[in-house]
Amino acid sequence: MENTKDSQGLVWEVFVQKKPGQPYVHCGNVHAHDAEMALQNARDVYTRRNEGNALWVLPSSEIVASSPEDLGSFFEPANDKIYRHPTFYQLPESISHM
Amino acid sequence: MNKQETLFNYILRIADSQLILGHRLSEWTGHGPMLEEELASANTALDLIGQANSLYAYATQVEGKGRTEDDLAYLRSEREFFNHLLSEQPRGDFGFSMLRQMLCDAFDVLFYSALMKSSDNTLSGIAAKAYKESQYHLRHSSSWTERLGDGTEESHQRMQNSLNELWRFTDDLFAMRAADLELVNTGIAVDTSSFREAWFKQVSEVLERATLTIPTHAFMQKGSLEGRHTEHLGYLLAEMQSLHRAIPGVKW
Amino acid sequence: MDATALAANFENKLAKNENIEPKDWMPDNYRKHLIRQISQHAHSEVVGMLPEGNWITRAPSLRRKMVLLAKVQDEGGHGLYLYSAAETLGISREELLHQLLSGKAKYSSIFNYPTLSWADMGAIGWLVDGAAIMNQVMLQRTSYGPYARAMVRICKEESFHQRQGYEIMSVLAAGSPEQKAMAQDALNRFWWPTLMMFGPSDANSANSENAIKWKIKRESNDQLRQRFVNQTIPQAELIGLTIPDAQLKWNEAKQGYDFGEPDWEEFNQVIHGNGPCNKERLGARLKAHDDGKWVREAAAAYASKRKLVAA
Repeated sequence: MENTKDSQGLVWEVFVQKKPGQPYVHCGNVHAHDAEMALQNARDVYTRRNEGNALWVLPSSEIVASSPEDLGSFFEPANDKIYRHPTFYQLPESISHM
Repeated sequence: MNKQETLFNYILRIADSQLILGHRLSEWTGHGPMLEEELASANTALDLIGQANSLYAYATQVEGKGRTEDDLAYLRSEREFFNHLLSEQPRGDFGFSMLRQMLCDAFDVLFYSALMKSSDNTLSGIAAKAYKESQYHLRHSSSWTERLGDGTEESHQRMQNSLNELWRFTDDLFAMRAADLELVNTGIAVDTSSFREAWFKQVSEVLERATLTIPTHAFMQKGSLEGRHTEHLGYLLAEMQSLHRAIPGVKW
Repeated sequence: MDATALAANFENKLAKNENIEPKDWMPDNYRKHLIRQISQHAHSEVVGMLPEGNWITRAPSLRRKMVLLAKVQDEGGHGLYLYSAAETLGISREELLHQLLSGKAKYSSIFNYPTLSWADMGAIGWLVDGAAIMNQVMLQRTSYGPYARAMVRICKEESFHQRQGYEIMSVLAAGSPEQKAMAQDALNRFWWPTLMMFGPSDANSANSENAIKWKIKRESNDQLRQRFVNQTIPQAELIGLTIPDAQLKWNEAKQGYDFGEPDWEEFNQVIHGNGPCNKERLGARLKAHDDGKWVREAAAAYASKRKLVAA
């Protein structure tokens, strides 16, 4: 059996903006050898059902991610900062919207 | 030929070219060099067959004899097809298909951009949609032409061979019937000679970036407007129409 | 965290129906099981393009041609999403493809059957996709996050696949005698292989137990098969086609159909390379891969040249 392994290109992560003004949402990845190919592949793979308004692609290797071990130290400290939320504050009853 | 027949044949010319090219491209599904590329080829093929479908629908109206889109696609023989000779060439290797695509896409972009201004509202409407599709097709096929032309020594040689093979069919893209000039004069049809230079310039630029050389001694083939095709179209239609013709007159 | 704590944490997540994510600790066997299952699933999608791809150039109307092309294209997309999910487990697409092309990896046995008539496009959409959807709907809740997310996307896209197949069958069944015979023949040929798609009976399924324990699978092969049969019989009756199973009978007590046993010897033969089209299917993918080698090499060379130029 000959070796069938060869380059499928880099992995690029794909982010799609569905409508103008909306955030770019991660939807998957594609393989591609260069940036233009990655952009076209993202278009051809992930926007076939009218899902797209704009696209980002970037090499997966460029993504820096937190680890599961970071869970406690990164995110739990935000749990008790209730004063960051509007419901923490009391308003006179006569004011219903602020 | 009266004006109605002239228009009917004119629409068939466009529709047939897109159907046959889309059919050729669809042959890559399941057989492409990368999964992503199989999806891309199918997208372009779907656009092209969709364009053909809309154009056939309009042709049946113009003809007014109660024929359907499928009658036009499935029940005409090769001598009655008017597609570009370029579109019917077998798919070859992937580079051959992309190069052919680039030559056709560059034509489509310019052709549709002119047809968008047609005084015939149905044609201008179809052209407006198809124009956008073609722009993307061209971007896709040009970038592959460049990549493969300027890739490895092997890919360069393959692409140059493909260009040498395909170039002789490029005159035929621009062929027009004498009768079509009447449609041009009334603002319905597009005079292909009006954008021939622009096409050559655009294609030359892509090929130059791809480090490919346009052959200087190609003997230009013609005949598609009279239904004189290369031998390949007969086989393509035999395959495409076989089932439809095997059980005539039924619903599918 | 030590090994015991990590394992406890993993079990705890499963118990709470939380997803396992790529960077989370997971038992080696869980990882191995997933790589095997997801890649088999991906290979099935990609090989599954071929039997239907066989009819794209012969589809009998423009509408059918476009629908079939779009559907086969979707299957390529689904293969792609699944390869991506498998890659998050630390295996490359190159390696996965190598496993497929070298004959090491398995894929669904159904795709080793030939598509002999247009009605087979109907039978595949209606039955094969119908069976696949049963499995896939369940897998949207699978415990591994990337797999579950891929399945959500796939299920959404698949929703037209079964309908278009059933539509083809309905039109043929209501068509000329020749068309109706074509539809019945396709049903006859695809019925049993479709039932085999759910895998061997639970008692004989090597991997079922772990898959259920780890919440990769949430229902057994037999449960899914039974549900598929219950759902499909009325659909066949509605369009006047006959299921080719003499033992088929409504069972009032279980509120479901009793049905015959697929030929598991045939299943084993097909899985192990002896189906009618195993060689053709793998041969076609291998040819595509080999024919595409110069293309991928050129793309890589072009990219590295550009980087040099830019620097």
